[in-house]
Amino acid sequence: MDIGTSHYLALSAILFAIGVVGITTRRNMIIVLMSIELVLNSVNINLIAFSYQFSDLTGQVLAVFTIAVAAGEAAVGLGILVGLYRLRSTTDLGRAVELEG
Amino acid sequence: MESLLTNGPALLFYVFAVLAVGAAVLVITLRNPVYSAISLLVTFLSVAALFLLRHAEFVAIVQIFVYGGGVMVLFLFVIMLVNLHRLREMQIFGVQWPVAAAIGLLFVVLIGLVASVTAFGPLNPIPERLVIVDGEVLGNSEAVAWMLFREYFVPFEIVSLFLLVAMIGAVVLARKE
Repeated sequence: MDIGTSHYLALSAILFAIGVVGITTRRNMIIVLMSIELVLNSVNINLIAFSYQFSDLTGQVLAVFTIAVAAGEAAVGLGILVGLYRLRSTTDLGRAVELEG
Repeated sequence: MESLLTNGPALLFYVFAVLAVGAAVLVITLRNPVYSAISLLVTFLSVAALFLLRHAEFVAIVQIFVYGGGVMVLFLFVIMLVNLHRLREMQIFGVQWPVAAAIGLLFVVLIGLVASVTAFGPLNPIPERLVIVDGEVLGNSEAVAWMLFREYFVPFEIVSLFLLVAMIGAVVLARKE
């Protein structure tokens, strides 16, 4: 019984899909930001799985970069969230409709 | 007992995979953002365990520190900052959820299909052997540091610059007028 790279790819695809569904359907912006973190995490799983498969450390280094970028993204996204809340007193994306034509 | 030892890594993979997926589903279905944040923490820690199973010790620890520590505190802090009692959502999902769920399912089926028919070849028997300096095999943290500071030095510096920009941006975005 061996766990291969395919298992990791399948798991990563499931996490990615859950994240994308969360991003597109949830109306609370906090949950949308959490779903973005899920998507980035699923990409990291792929990078680590392939790094192990091909015995190449580049995947792990890229994963470290991804984590750093995800941390920055979370900080900026939550800053935008605080700005939105100050402006509209809500984090409901269904009510942030200024850009609708 | 013997079968448990030989199947240990496979068993651990399934345990942590189920934990990660279950907690991820809870993240997007729970109504209370605090519960979502705790579920997200469970997902992060399970993924870190999966990294450990793939001999990526350094990345696993970074995952626990940065995600489990930094990002999670940031999320909980913002949840605390916004007044949740005034945000009682009438419906937590938008009207497009059936389409989104169908597309997500289709994506999983497609990737699963491709991943199951692709032959990746045998796994590397000695995954620790990644960077050798002067005939000496480096451990995982040493090897990642070696790669970061030798081959990926410029991207590394750019990331530090990016973090500075993100920090300033977050402060400017969230400050009072």
